[in-house]
Amino acid sequence: MKNLMTEKFETQETWPQIKTVGLAGVIVTFSGVLSEPANRAAIAFLAAVRAAEWEEVEESNSTLVSTFLKIDLSVYRPEPIIERLQNLVDSRDWLAAPLPSGRTLWRVPTLFGTDRAPELAEAAELAGQTIEQAITDLSTTSMRVLTIGFAPGQPYLGTLPDYWNIPRQTKITPNVPAGSLVTAVRQFCLFPYATPTGWRHVGATGFLSFRPKSERPFPLSPGDEMIFDPVTEAEFLKIESSDQSGNGGAQTEMLK
Amino acid sequence: MNRALIVRSIGPAAAIQDLGRTGFMSAGLTRGGASDPAALHEGAALLGQMPSCAVLEMAGMGGVFEATSDIRIALSGAVMDATIDGATVQWNSSHLLSACSVLKIGAARRGNFGYLHVGGGFATPSYLGTQGCHMSAGLGRLIAEGDILPVGKDASTDTGFYVVPEQRLDGGKIRFVRSMQSDKFEDSTMTRFTKTEFRRDPRGNRQGIRMDFDGKGFQSGGQLNIVSEVTIAGDIQITGDGTPFVLMHECQTTGGYPRIGTILPCDLNKVSQAPIGSSLKFELLTLEEGAAIQARASAVLSGLRKSIKPLIRDVTTIQDLLSYQLISGAISAKNAPLDEG
Repeated sequence: MKNLMTEKFETQETWPQIKTVGLAGVIVTFSGVLSEPANRAAIAFLAAVRAAEWEEVEESNSTLVSTFLKIDLSVYRPEPIIERLQNLVDSRDWLAAPLPSGRTLWRVPTLFGTDRAPELAEAAELAGQTIEQAITDLSTTSMRVLTIGFAPGQPYLGTLPDYWNIPRQTKITPNVPAGSLVTAVRQFCLFPYATPTGWRHVGATGFLSFRPKSERPFPLSPGDEMIFDPVTEAEFLKIESSDQSGNGGAQTEMLK
Repeated sequence: MNRALIVRSIGPAAAIQDLGRTGFMSAGLTRGGASDPAALHEGAALLGQMPSCAVLEMAGMGGVFEATSDIRIALSGAVMDATIDGATVQWNSSHLLSACSVLKIGAARRGNFGYLHVGGGFATPSYLGTQGCHMSAGLGRLIAEGDILPVGKDASTDTGFYVVPEQRLDGGKIRFVRSMQSDKFEDSTMTRFTKTEFRRDPRGNRQGIRMDFDGKGFQSGGQLNIVSEVTIAGDIQITGDGTPFVLMHECQTTGGYPRIGTILPCDLNKVSQAPIGSSLKFELLTLEEGAAIQARASAVLSGLRKSIKPLIRDVTTIQDLLSYQLISGAISAKNAPLDEG
């Protein structure tokens, strides 16, 4: 994830690329660097593959720039699958694919800074912003769910303005609590449970992206948008005590 | 009382496991499941039931269990000392644990993960569709002293079989195939990797195990340039300082370090069971070779039921013959297991 947003496109390689992943499946990668069109392509290609309902595919997902099909390659030969994937790749310009329909906008009440999110000041300084400017940037940018991964339900959210291309810390923070909003390399992650991290902890929320006991354990989907609305410490404490659902007082609306 | 095992004491890392949960990869949740899935197939073959039955996985150390009614058991995976009411019972075998009998399972003598199977499987609660604990996702919990583990209805009364397991408890040769990022590594690095003798490092958990080695690391060119990408169990990930980590069943679904290759599922069991400090050497196969070997290994597992043999007890090897409850079988016949639950 390091500095990927600003790398130049790797022109010596051609994209998309189709490769085998051990004996576990086949992956279609749309770019060597993270870009908004490649992320859209991966999400759209996943939808097309799922619609095709190929019998070999056990499950599938999209990552930042790829679509992965889990296929037991000790049972199925990869060549015919790769050929079908190549035909699907060639069938349209995936980098121009629209975002999926039925996306949700999540507005999540967020306490920026204070002792509940102690690395805001440091992050703001690295981005060359005052704390007030930083809160404005972090709370008004609509952040897209680029992929769900790493931990259950965990969104990678992009992207903040250029000057938020701040590196990860060299030291790992041993433990940030569930619902923590952390930033690095123009992205946010929102942790579903307490975790060590090298990203900087800038906000606290009551929003849990993994709710194992809920009817909808994974509330977020790639393509969704999130806005982190700033609240005062008093408002945040009130939400914490009144909303135990893991939703953290979040409001949703459908996006077109 | 309902069919159950009462946990009188238990090692520090025992949990209910199964073959893991599929279908949640796009939600960021890896399959998880037992560390040595082959052991689940062996236990299931011994009891004549499905390998999807939930089992008790015991890491390093077993426990003491009391049966509330006649329960068939099987033992597989890491070899542990086991007794029923003080009499030694054979590992990789099925036995009858009569009502009120006490099963004691000690420390692992070979391998890391031992398995206790029960006829009908454990009937513990499901989390997201299956019973297996996923520690790193916080699904399920470790078994504690005093727990009562409910046991499902059993369709059979057959016990007294053994199975010869595939060798996998001592490390050794680990076969792998190239993966999507293997071409980021120089040929010379790959060659050096396959010629290096690694040792299983103590640093490891259900997400990944570090490989210790002498000499310089195995960094790829462009190590820092790759986009975070899909990770799968068996991936050999090379971290920033050039150290290989083998990703295990509870690994994250994405990772930012390049993978030099991916271990065959049948050989990942060897990594799980390799004792700390044991020697591991990686052998690179073509995709075709790897697929053929894995297909054969899968066929062996699905044919295990045909290869189980009746236990032949040699009285000279039974340490304390008089402690055998030679008549309790007759008594337990009154407790016809099928009449219960």
